[in-house]
Amino acid sequence: MVEIVTRPYARAFETFAAARPEVLCLSADLTSSCEVDGFRDRHPDQFVTLGMAEQAMLSFAGGLAMQGFRPFIHTFAVFLYRRPYDQLINSIAYSNRKVRMMGFLPGITTPGGITHQAIEDIAVMRAIPNMTVLECGDATEVETVLEVADEIDGPVYVRILRGEVPRLFSTPFAFNKLRTLSEGDDVLVLTSGVCTEEALRALGPLNERGISVHHLHVSTLKPFDRDGFIRAAKGKKGVVTLENHLINGGLGSMVAEIMAEEGMAIRLRRLGLDDTFAHGASKPYLMRKYGLDALALTQAIGQVLGRNLDITETELTQVRLDLVHSEHKAEAL
Amino acid sequence: MPALNSKTTEEIALGIRRRVFLHTMRHNGGYLSQACSAAESLAILYNEFLNLGAPTLPGIPLPFRGVPSATNPDAFTGAGYHGPFAPDYDRFIISPAHYALVIYSALIEIGRMDENALDHFNKDGSSVEMIGAEHSPGMEVTTGSLAQGLSMAAGIAWARARRTEPGKVWVYMSDGEFQEGQTWETLAAISHHGIDNLRIVVDVNRQQCDGAMSSVLDLGDLPARVESFGVPVRSIDGHDLDAFRKAVASAESGKSLMILANTSPFQGMDFLKRRFPRLHYVRFKSRDERAEMLKAIAGELGLDPVEIERNAAHG
Repeated sequence: MVEIVTRPYARAFETFAAARPEVLCLSADLTSSCEVDGFRDRHPDQFVTLGMAEQAMLSFAGGLAMQGFRPFIHTFAVFLYRRPYDQLINSIAYSNRKVRMMGFLPGITTPGGITHQAIEDIAVMRAIPNMTVLECGDATEVETVLEVADEIDGPVYVRILRGEVPRLFSTPFAFNKLRTLSEGDDVLVLTSGVCTEEALRALGPLNERGISVHHLHVSTLKPFDRDGFIRAAKGKKGVVTLENHLINGGLGSMVAEIMAEEGMAIRLRRLGLDDTFAHGASKPYLMRKYGLDALALTQAIGQVLGRNLDITETELTQVRLDLVHSEHKAEAL
Repeated sequence: MPALNSKTTEEIALGIRRRVFLHTMRHNGGYLSQACSAAESLAILYNEFLNLGAPTLPGIPLPFRGVPSATNPDAFTGAGYHGPFAPDYDRFIISPAHYALVIYSALIEIGRMDENALDHFNKDGSSVEMIGAEHSPGMEVTTGSLAQGLSMAAGIAWARARRTEPGKVWVYMSDGEFQEGQTWETLAAISHHGIDNLRIVVDVNRQQCDGAMSSVLDLGDLPARVESFGVPVRSIDGHDLDAFRKAVASAESGKSLMILANTSPFQGMDFLKRRFPRLHYVRFKSRDERAEMLKAIAGELGLDPVEIERNAAHG
């Protein structure tokens, strides 16, 4: 059974930042919601509170970075790019400042509705020159993304998971490398963020029906491991993407662009929010409602393969997940 | 600071006005009223207040060498005209990037940039852009999307204080920026964090693109509003050099200082009053209008209109 890790970010950030005096923790009134309240209390010298003032915070961070500090901005993902977009461009991105934006509650992982759900963040962020875009899919990636982000010469946006986070992977976050979760011949499935856990639920029932799935987890969205994707897509009957984001501008769009540029004559199905805002409700409810879950994935795979797979929601909810031990020796579940 | 010129601050202020005026005549338009309001502020900042090292960039500005990125080692900023980054030296953040022509003229007058640097103004491939970019002379960061300069300067100031660097962070901004909420967010942050190494000079010319600020969105009692955010304010006549000196000397221990320089958008060029309230960018609608302005303002600035026309014909 998969391990559930409580507040992996809180521990990881404290360990990471306490050892690096040039790292500063910036917060805009969501300190405990972003799991850095303990860090604030124990390392007040590295903590800068800026209140509900995201525009000033992003420009201020640009100034700090110019002087050699490395600000890690903590707030909900939506508040990093919607209100302060102009500041993000002019005070951070253009000058290629080493500002790290830690976006909590990505996509529909919050019941906060339209105001709190960052559903177009990847589309926006990946369009920005100089920006690197990362997304965590499990506790191990949450624990190991900080070093990866801090190595990058330029601004970084990271989708972070908080609270109770499953540990799916035993190896750390690897920059710009697709994580192979299973190898197969029929269909290529690419998933990111919380959708990877959902996809893992679907693999057992699919295998039982003789479907051979090649499953890649995407944690570096920009840049993108183009060669890894092309190698995996070769010879497949279809490609399916599943993401906690709009299908326009996110992972599905990235894959579509590459497939078109490479002239790959393979069917593609993109799963995610399909040109719609979501609303406030629980994560499982929203994932089911908007087709971001294991059931939607099995149905999409059935469509691209032209088969009725007859996989029910009940069958999928009974699946127990195990740790994926090695990305080199991919394991079916 | 190394002696880069032997002029008085008054002479530099006049030189700024003359240079911007001549350039506006030659190019049939320019940010003329900004030279009127800003000449004394920039002259005294560069000539008396700022503690800057010798320029690290050539007198004739380099061509643009590409946008900053992890893969472009050639990208540079205009900070080099303010000298090297070192703990003792000040930094100077210029927020209203559309004052660029006035800034360039000030850098030339002060001896930080070559006499002929303006030949590259607004030319394709040049770093001497019409609206100052971060690679333009004197520009240290990307401003011009107004109100971001003060916030970045506050971050720089916080960082410098954390490292106990004695150098100060000076900011030049315009009163229009107080219409942006970000300015007030930043004043709150400066006050809350006790940032005390900022020296902010504001060009309070009460003009903006649409005309007089009082008709667009009035700022009310600006000194009281700023004071209420906890940042000490000195409201002075922005063309009175002694008032500037007194204001700067009056900085309170442990606090930053904001100088509201109340200025006239036609100071030194009274003829511009006829254009009020559309002063943001001055251009000429006819040859007659240009000729009339040339004669009138040249007279005010002690220049010979015939010689200006002769040079313009050759330029």
